[in-house]
Amino acid sequence: MKKYIRIVDTTLRDGMHAVSHQFTPDDMAEIAEGLDRAGIDTIEIGHGDGLGGSSYQYGFAAASDEEYLKTVSRVLKNAKLDILLLPGIGTMKELELAAKYDAKVARIATHVTEADIGEQHVKLAKELGMEAIGFLMMVHMVPPEKVAEQAKLFESYGADRVYITDSAGAMTPKDVVARIKAVKEAVSIPVGYHAHNNLSLAMANTLVAVEAGADMVDATCKGLGAGAGNTQTEVLVAVLDKLGYSTGVDLYKIMDVADDIVAPKMKRPQVIDKNSLSIGYAGVYGSFLLHALRGAEKFNVDARDILVECGRRKTVGGQEDMIIDVAYELSQKRRAKLANC
Amino acid sequence: MAKKIKAAIIGPGNIGMDLMFKLMKSEYIELEMVVGIIPESEGLALARENGYKTSHEGIKAILGNKEIKIVFDATGAKPHLMHAPLLKEDGKIAIDLTPAAVGPYVVPPVNLGEHIDSPNINMVTCGGQATVPIVAAINEVADVEYAEIVATISSRSAGPGTRQNIDEFTQTTARALEVIGGAEKGKAIIILNPAEPPIIMRDTIYTKVKKPAEKAIRDAVEKMVAKVQEYVPGYRLKVPPIVDGDKVTTMLEVEGAGDYLPKYSGNLDIMTAAAKAVGERIAKKLLEETAKEVV
Repeated sequence: MKKYIRIVDTTLRDGMHAVSHQFTPDDMAEIAEGLDRAGIDTIEIGHGDGLGGSSYQYGFAAASDEEYLKTVSRVLKNAKLDILLLPGIGTMKELELAAKYDAKVARIATHVTEADIGEQHVKLAKELGMEAIGFLMMVHMVPPEKVAEQAKLFESYGADRVYITDSAGAMTPKDVVARIKAVKEAVSIPVGYHAHNNLSLAMANTLVAVEAGADMVDATCKGLGAGAGNTQTEVLVAVLDKLGYSTGVDLYKIMDVADDIVAPKMKRPQVIDKNSLSIGYAGVYGSFLLHALRGAEKFNVDARDILVECGRRKTVGGQEDMIIDVAYELSQKRRAKLANC
Repeated sequence: MAKKIKAAIIGPGNIGMDLMFKLMKSEYIELEMVVGIIPESEGLALARENGYKTSHEGIKAILGNKEIKIVFDATGAKPHLMHAPLLKEDGKIAIDLTPAAVGPYVVPPVNLGEHIDSPNINMVTCGGQATVPIVAAINEVADVEYAEIVATISSRSAGPGTRQNIDEFTQTTARALEVIGGAEKGKAIIILNPAEPPIIMRDTIYTKVKKPAEKAIRDAVEKMVAKVQEYVPGYRLKVPPIVDGDKVTTMLEVEGAGDYLPKYSGNLDIMTAAAKAVGERIAKKLLEETAKEVV
């Protein structure tokens, strides 16, 4: 018997970062239908920053949470509909809305040291009959023992599963294995892994995570996602197959979804460039990328300087406003320098 | 006016203690008593050390004491729902630092005048105290359609109450942006940052306005910042209003006074400082009324 690895395709959530949250409900329905047909187990949708994420801070989405949920839930036949919720951004009200549209999986995402702000939401997801997943972000910022301690908190709230998330795409395979192992030892619930490709390690990290015991992993078609993007779904399906794992996904069909449906909707090539590489190198939240590019343009500073300064300030996920602050400060400093001359 | 109005604090936790240290310096309020429900509470011990009467019998120790006119409640939403009617019946004015919202939301420089006679006043949230003044100032000159705030606080300054009820923060703050700030629609985001040394509270205020006149907006915001600084000296404009089309972005930093809590917890400081400001205004009014009666 081949070991089964459950794939969460998050093209329609993490991939939203790469299109500045501008997929329309119809775009989402078309992609979701394809993913469902290809045999993807779980499909995550919504604003890149989860339910309630549509804002000045993170960018307004093309449609409301409800419009996305309604349109996508109609087309799914087998796949489980999944949403992400960051307590502090989204609330229990949005979680109830997702349940109303038959979302089966709720991923409650917190910074790696703050699991306790998700207790209420994990409990509500369970009450609503959903699978609740504790999603620990930016795990590169703390040692494995700390990740394990926070994973245990999620387990104690009743989470069905806990996720190790490299939001900054800053980890090397060694870092991933240490964290997956520490968490596997600490909890009795299954463990998942979410990678980013800023250091070109998304696939390698996903594979070592699977070898270390993760049985659920995230990926996106064409690698579409924050920063340099995520592990590429269609590639992952092929690689896992070659390694002797089963995923339940039809390789040709998922390739077709990626190339024929997702690719034409992309706004920019999903590559590792100097800016996304800087994100991985500095260890800052992947979705800072496009915000830093806009800040750099507006204040006439180098996006890399913004990102590195954000890293130095130990910013966490969600602090996109710091980019404006940093860019403003850099531009003021430069102005002061010029004035001195 | 040598006489002061007597007051009590319920809840000897971090907030209650910081408030106690602030009230020591009050011209109008004389703190009489600090009460809690745990006999071995560190806060109660600290209150005794500083010469205050204490009790671990909670609100019971205050009720019936006619000398006490103002009661600051720094417990939690659920206890305050029980305390509120008892205090009202006993003729005491309640200043509520919990999210219970029994009474109207008050942010001192914006709407204290409107609710000065209310028997129960709610202090909204730390994010509300920090950002509502800015939204109200912008609304005054530019007509705010939508206000969105992002409050980033250090993980260390977020107690278990905030953590377990984080939705209460976002929902209450968003409502205050509408009700007091004057925005047609409000949204609030809170982020906890665990960096060490702890970061100072940061607030970003985005507004969508109908009349994006930069000069008028900047003047209004600067004037308002000065008003808040009267009771929160560490309240600072970090990035003055940047107007981009109809979007206005303003950034603040709130450093605490360090009365009891560390300076980074400006989020807690602005709550206790605002509560003290409300208490003093009420005390001053009561003193003036008594003075008139005597005449």
